[in-house]
Amino acid sequence: MSDWYMLTVVGEDRPGIVARVTKALFEGGCNLGEASMMRLGGSFTIMLMVELEGTGERLLRLVEPVAGSLGLHVHVDAIAGRLHRHLEPDVSVTVYGADRAGIVARVTGALAEAGLHILELRSDVAGSKENPIYIMHIEGHAARGIDALRTALSQLGLEDIEVHLEPVTTMLG
Amino acid sequence: MASLEIITYPDERLKQVAQPVERFDEALRRFVERLEQTMRDAPGGVGIAAPQVGHLFRIAIVDVSSRPKIACNGRMVLINPEILSWEGMVKGREGCMSVPDFTGNVVRAECITVSALDETGRQREYRCTGYEARAVQHEIDHLDGLLFLDRLVSRRTDLFPRKNYGSRKSA
Repeated sequence: MSDWYMLTVVGEDRPGIVARVTKALFEGGCNLGEASMMRLGGSFTIMLMVELEGTGERLLRLVEPVAGSLGLHVHVDAIAGRLHRHLEPDVSVTVYGADRAGIVARVTGALAEAGLHILELRSDVAGSKENPIYIMHIEGHAARGIDALRTALSQLGLEDIEVHLEPVTTMLG
Repeated sequence: MASLEIITYPDERLKQVAQPVERFDEALRRFVERLEQTMRDAPGGVGIAAPQVGHLFRIAIVDVSSRPKIACNGRMVLINPEILSWEGMVKGREGCMSVPDFTGNVVRAECITVSALDETGRQREYRCTGYEARAVQHEIDHLDGLLFLDRLVSRRTDLFPRKNYGSRKSA
């Protein structure tokens, strides 16, 4: 019987990491599921659903030689997650402003209390060293509707931060 | 009336160019009726194209009137449709009955004029905007063997949807 694991690989970025890691997995008889790779601050990061017959230790042994040769850290978790469990977002939130501590905590705190389930979050710091700009984009499911989110955000008093909230309507054809 | 079976990718018929309809007869009208039934039986379905049931002819149906608060033309039977004009670009999320369990962002024209024949062979012209225009473009793509997967855009390429331009602090 096969099981699903979440494989996390982190390290200094360079071209070819995905190809080499997934080749090792393929040759070890693994099947890949959903994955998200991102270059964050010059680091390579990936989280990858991997299905294989065997234990997490076996998965680790498959990846470690290639990871070691590339100087990457590897982490494996057994997961209850499976494929085909997507949730559809119905709202997107964009936040940006002059970078300062606490933006994420305050905005997501207010949104969570108003019923937002974050399905995807991506944030970046742009601008210059002297004038950094924080930019965050969220897609999520508003369990209590979008107006509840709007109200929560308007009560935050974040006048120096731009917050855009848009319904996401999926067209099914 | 029973629904038709919706074929799903990787069925190769979804990647083929459909043929124009030449005969506007009773058989065509019966097919359109069953195609429409198939669309209405699919939860949330607002459009369907004949190739999605394996029928490689240029026939599509769009009816977005079930969606709240959007401008629309009601039920449109689009046979041998042609988009005459495009205006504006907007990103939106799409899913497809032929590609289950996946949705993604696609850029479409915001406003289109489409000419088509209806099931009686009568020439029609529709002006469609927003959600309805998106549905029409998605269905016409099916007639050319294109899926929304062929037009996916990265979520990062368009942080602010165009319709937001000019508005400040919508929250």
